[in-house]
Amino acid sequence: MSASKLIQLGAFFLGCLLLLSSVQAETSPTWTQATALFKQASFDKTREAVDLLATSHEPQAQQLLQALLDGQLYQHKQTDALALLSDKDPLDLSTGQALGTVNKDDYRKVPINNTLRKYLRSKIGGLSLANPDPKVRLAATTGLLETITPEMLPQLQELASKESDQAVKDALQLGIHLASLSATDKPTQLAAIQALDGNLNPLVRNKLNPLSTNADPEIAKAAQASLRSIENKVSLNASIETLFFGLSLGSVLVLAAIGLAITFGVMGVINMAHGELIMLGAYTTYFIQKLLPNYLDYSLILAIPAAFMVSGLMGILIERTVIRHLYGRPLETLLATFGISLILQQLVRTLVSPQNVPVSNPSWMSGSLEINSVLSITYNRLYIIAFTLLVFAILSYLLRKTKLGLQVRAVSQNRAMARAMGVRSARVDALTFGLGSGIAGVAGVALSQLTNVGPNLGQSYIIDSFMVVVFGGVGNLWGTLVAGLSLGVINKFLEPWAGAVLAKILVLVFIILFIQKRPRGLFPQKGRAAGD
Amino acid sequence: MLLNNKLKKTLLAAGTAAALTWSSLSLAADDTIKVGVLHSLSGTMAISETTLKDTMLMLIDEQNKKGGVLGKKLEAVVVDPASNWPLFAEKARDLIEKDKVAVTFGCWTSVSRKSVLPVFEEKNSLLFYPVQYEGEESSKNVFYTGAAPNQQAIPAVDYLMKDLEVKRWVLAGTDYVYPRTTNKILEAYLKSKGVDEKDIMINYTPFGHSDWQSIVADIKKFGSEGKKTAVVSTINGDANVPFYKELGNQGITAETIPVVAFSVGEEELSGIDTKPLVGHLAAWNYFMSVDTPANAEFIKKWHEFIKSDKRVTNDPMEAHYLGFNLWVKAVEKAGTTDTDKVEQAMIGLEFPNLTGGTAKVLPNHHLTKPVLIGEIQENGQFEVVSKTPEVAGDAWSDFLPDSKPLVADWTGKETDGKPCGNYNTETKKCSGQKYE
Repeated sequence: MSASKLIQLGAFFLGCLLLLSSVQAETSPTWTQATALFKQASFDKTREAVDLLATSHEPQAQQLLQALLDGQLYQHKQTDALALLSDKDPLDLSTGQALGTVNKDDYRKVPINNTLRKYLRSKIGGLSLANPDPKVRLAATTGLLETITPEMLPQLQELASKESDQAVKDALQLGIHLASLSATDKPTQLAAIQALDGNLNPLVRNKLNPLSTNADPEIAKAAQASLRSIENKVSLNASIETLFFGLSLGSVLVLAAIGLAITFGVMGVINMAHGELIMLGAYTTYFIQKLLPNYLDYSLILAIPAAFMVSGLMGILIERTVIRHLYGRPLETLLATFGISLILQQLVRTLVSPQNVPVSNPSWMSGSLEINSVLSITYNRLYIIAFTLLVFAILSYLLRKTKLGLQVRAVSQNRAMARAMGVRSARVDALTFGLGSGIAGVAGVALSQLTNVGPNLGQSYIIDSFMVVVFGGVGNLWGTLVAGLSLGVINKFLEPWAGAVLAKILVLVFIILFIQKRPRGLFPQKGRAAGD
Repeated sequence: MLLNNKLKKTLLAAGTAAALTWSSLSLAADDTIKVGVLHSLSGTMAISETTLKDTMLMLIDEQNKKGGVLGKKLEAVVVDPASNWPLFAEKARDLIEKDKVAVTFGCWTSVSRKSVLPVFEEKNSLLFYPVQYEGEESSKNVFYTGAAPNQQAIPAVDYLMKDLEVKRWVLAGTDYVYPRTTNKILEAYLKSKGVDEKDIMINYTPFGHSDWQSIVADIKKFGSEGKKTAVVSTINGDANVPFYKELGNQGITAETIPVVAFSVGEEELSGIDTKPLVGHLAAWNYFMSVDTPANAEFIKKWHEFIKSDKRVTNDPMEAHYLGFNLWVKAVEKAGTTDTDKVEQAMIGLEFPNLTGGTAKVLPNHHLTKPVLIGEIQENGQFEVVSKTPEVAGDAWSDFLPDSKPLVADWTGKETDGKPCGNYNTETKKCSGQKYE
């Protein structure tokens, strides 16, 4: 190797070194300052750093702020380098390059609290009003509405004139009206009040409230009228909401009770273990979610037939081993099934855990459907109402249109005659009990989405289930449906003024009085068999 | 015949052996100090209380490794009151009368404490109670190592008021004595701070409530009137999970309406889906996530003892840790386990707590404790967002008109020379233990 080549090589290395150092030097003073502030791990200092970055024109600033908001901003324990660590590729934020695999233990999370989160959202909101994604723009605009001032009017009007997305445009328009409410000239204010008439956004009410006592009688009057029409709309929406809550509570009651309507109503078996069959269904959901951790959105669907099978088979087992020896002896059945319920509870406690188990909601069951600013309907409740109606329809079809249904009704009306006609009553008994238990399992799947799944789950629903069946009329599926839904609605309409505890008591008192008057419930069974 | 003889001999040998063990056992029993552990190991409270029983066994085991107390080994006597309140009183009586325990550590719910209180007073024995409670009590025979309302509820409200600038308040609780008393105190406190009656909403629900739709909708409506709103939750046990789920579903986040809870800790969060809870707050005197050498040591020992590093530590566990160590110190100071002497020796003792301060036993049988506010993280731990210096536990709330003039002082300094748990500074009378 000649000397000149060596020199060339040396120059090349030197160049590389220079290049490297220049890359290092690229981290601007603002960035270094922010890094130092983050290092102190105090909320006040973090806030200062956020201020610094939000006003700087650092290319990675917005990404960093977003990472901080999502709780994904980490700082290296030795080098202080800021990094975005998420489930996806880790990212070095000072350069914007991927980091490859990193050891999370080398990093320390930058702590964040609610005050900071809110602050960050407003900062990011300011940065993202011009974002190309309309969803981001809408979120940014909505965030802006809370802190709106008349000075922002020109800016808003400019944004609105350029906006192409209707939802964002509406939000901006609302902002313009809200800002005009605080304007100083009367015509603008009056026009804004006019324009906001009937708008349900709570911000509108909060802005109109002070105006209704305005010194100018004309403005005050307009604001009062506007407020009144809004209030009317709000209370109408509130009634719809309460009705929905009632139907949803009712559908849960129906779902829990409908299996019992078959075993108790049709077969006459007082099954105290019904609640535990619901619980088994809920645990089945838990186990299926555990088996398929990556298919959370589908495992719930899969859990429905599985829970039906588990609870149904358990029901058949109980019927074959215990209940069939006790037909016609209601007191003994009651005691025996109560014992079974304790055994099943303890079994779950010993085999699984005495603690509640976590059942996750699939993404399509979380969140709510927003109809307007004061009325939104949560998806999980909506699905459960629909599901209840579906289960009810299938069950009615089974009992009315199929051969098994015919046999079930025959056996329940007159066992001896049915047997004489060649119906194998023992088999029918087992299948009916299995069907009722299976439905209880399916109810458990639905309940696992609403409440805690634990060994005591069944106990909290057994009383309510009997209540619904007795109120609706023993042996009548329609009765159970009507009774469940109406109890739910009554309960929810009582709750706002009586409180949750008293509402429950009042419903119980109502049922006691009702049963005194009509001992056979809402829809008593008619016919000769009913007169036993 | 031969066989028979053999059998006889074996039986005889076994009998002698048994007799020997028996006598050595009873000999050992004379040489030990018995410590009663009165926590439910079955029933609804077992979830929380079993952990405390294990904590006590760990602490006793550790003390024995150090040589016991007064040269004697400690012996734990564990009984199971099965979450059954009257059974608590029976088991307490058994512990004191039959097992002759020197001290008892136990109870969780206030109703169980109220149930055993007359027994401990009648038999003049000591109880260490490790859970945050509603206050309004001070017995000569009980040391309250958990938080009084002024060590949990009031600092939490202060935090919300000052740091988050909350103006409207929802006080939501389960329908029993602790939430009712706490909310009464909080309501009086908020009013004394100038909060208007119509800016406070109070709501009670039954145990295990699961249908939160209307209540959450009410909270949402209450919070949409332009003033910053927060929920102060004394909701107990597993009713919390559907509550937070419903909040999430109806779009209420910790940023819009934060919820600060007094009964949600690491143990309650372990094993539930924490996603809907992230960002909401809890107030305690201890968090597992606090980074101090003492706490790291405690967590390490706990994991070793329970043989699982998945188990969490929580606030009542720290309370037992403090209570037990203070009792050991007091017995060593008094040189005896006699109730009266230990009780007097306890007052004024200090012991470093796990989060870096000092717990001091006050004359009213409460401790000084720091108050920590934490935000729930996705991993079920808390990120501390606020920490106060140690606050002295107050037995009688200053915000209830009836108990304002009352003080508790078991040294008698503030109570006219005679030790008293409820001395009325206005009438200058000790109204006795049974004051209601």
